[in-house]
Amino acid sequence: MTVTAGESPQRAGSAARSASSSDGPPRHTGRAVRGVLLTTLAWVLGLAFFFPVLWMVLTGFKTEAEAFQSPPTLFFVPTLEQYAGVFERGVGPYLVNSLWATTASTLLVIVLAVPAAYALSIRPVRKTSDVLFFFISTKMLPAAAVIVPLYVTTQTFGIADNIWTLTVLYTAMNLPIAVWMMRSFLMEVPVEILEAAHVDGATLPQTLRRVLLPVVAPGIAATALICVIFSWNEFFFAVNLTAAKAATVPVFLVGFMTSEGLYWAQLSAAATLASLPVVLAGWIAQKQLVRGLSMGAVK
Amino acid sequence: MTTLDATTATGPRPPTSKQRRAATRKQGWARRAPLLPALIFAIIVTQLPFLLTIFYSLQSWNLVRPGSQEFVGLANYVAVFTDSTFRTAALNTVLITAGCVVIAMLLGIGLAMLLDRPFRGRGVVRTLLITPFLIMPVAGALLWETTIFHPLFGLLNFVLSPFGVDSVAWVSQFPMASIIVALVWQWTPFMMLLVLAGLQSQAKDQLEASATDGATAWQTFRLITIPHLRRYIELGLLLGSIYVVNTFDTIYMMTQGGPGTDTTNLPFYLYQRAFLGFDVGQAAALGVVVVAGTIIVATVALRMIFRTFGREEA
Repeated sequence: MTVTAGESPQRAGSAARSASSSDGPPRHTGRAVRGVLLTTLAWVLGLAFFFPVLWMVLTGFKTEAEAFQSPPTLFFVPTLEQYAGVFERGVGPYLVNSLWATTASTLLVIVLAVPAAYALSIRPVRKTSDVLFFFISTKMLPAAAVIVPLYVTTQTFGIADNIWTLTVLYTAMNLPIAVWMMRSFLMEVPVEILEAAHVDGATLPQTLRRVLLPVVAPGIAATALICVIFSWNEFFFAVNLTAAKAATVPVFLVGFMTSEGLYWAQLSAAATLASLPVVLAGWIAQKQLVRGLSMGAVK
Repeated sequence: MTTLDATTATGPRPPTSKQRRAATRKQGWARRAPLLPALIFAIIVTQLPFLLTIFYSLQSWNLVRPGSQEFVGLANYVAVFTDSTFRTAALNTVLITAGCVVIAMLLGIGLAMLLDRPFRGRGVVRTLLITPFLIMPVAGALLWETTIFHPLFGLLNFVLSPFGVDSVAWVSQFPMASIIVALVWQWTPFMMLLVLAGLQSQAKDQLEASATDGATAWQTFRLITIPHLRRYIELGLLLGSIYVVNTFDTIYMMTQGGPGTDTTNLPFYLYQRAFLGFDVGQAAALGVVVVAGTIIVATVALRMIFRTFGREEA
């Protein structure tokens, strides 16, 4: 069920048939016109959805005066002034914190989720569906519902404003989705190849590393990508449980609210910078993204 | 999802019953071992705080008054249910979630249909369309509030000015609609990708057959495509709801729940209670009520999905 940019053969086939059918040329031209219209519509809608992002990126390269110009300017001399300003404002430590929380929690999630998914798929434990249901039910637990004890506890134990606290919470936040996704990827592995390896005298660790791992590597990549997106963009825990030391990039962006409207160009540069890593990752790994979003559950 | 039935499968059986029991036990633990770290981690990090939430919800405790902690039974719950802001927040949550998820799904289906046929630049258009989902939500909310909805410099007023629309303060005049628009923009790509995955897994011969049988495009869509897409749509609605119900960033950045309580949803109200009012007991009780509500709704939805999958396989 991967989405490919290639041809979809059935459409091409039916189009060819209808072209050669008794209806003759009029229907064929009708189809062609319809095709052009649909293509145009797709492009227009694609650009419409992308437009706010494009505008954000453009504004980030304007001067503040140009950002406020009315009517808005499309043509201007791009400047890196705003990006310099964002770094002067001290985005560095926030980026480091985000990078840390995202990377560490994603690694932790994979380390926890892959074996768990193995236990729920290849050699399933009893009550597998109960366990799966438990995992997904923790996802239903609104973050808001546990924020009070988390706040009080982290204050009491002196682990408030600590990047490890955030890392652990992000791990818990992404773990259920990761278990579900990894399980569905593992379910697709034919048991025969594992049995064959066993017959050939491979030990279990050898089988896992040499046979299973290469097969599910794309699945792990998809899972990691989803975890990265949600951790990098997470805001609720970050804004409520961090202060000066462990604050992440979304918290940095909040700082612009106090001076709302005053530094549009710089705000746009900051927002672009904040979004860039995830946007690039998502663009590059579109196929994995689709599999990840559907949790691999439907195929 | 035949996978659920696989749970009853066990390995090859050793001969005698005693040996078998011992072996089964050992095997059972060998099977369980890889699962335990994840399970224990999830229980500690998610269930313990929730138990604490329940405990706090029975206390009267304000953080700014040290030593104010005392047991008050269900008083906090009574306060939650008699609180009109709670009812407003609950209603707003339903409105925002349902509005966003349904509109995003309809748009997502439309866009997926457009992307399901080959055309020049299809990959590029898909890339453009998925971008809103990847943009940091905080950045997205700021973007909508400042560059699009701003009464003086916003692009929306600029575009609408030839039609006589002049300096509308979108976010303060139409707060709910503004929030929903920003959220729909963010979540439509998610729905589109799911539906697209569904469309591309469709059996091609069925479509060809219906075309040969002379079905119109609309008939094919309604009678073949939609039923096939059903579980993708259900999954999208379920996952979308789980995330949108918890929306905090967009509301925090765009409206701060206002004007008044017009866009206060439950997560935002809880945040206000806990971090602006410092009322631990009340906030905790509110949290428990929210969880109960969410779990009831989600369980019903999830069971429904499980059933659908089961039926499709049967």
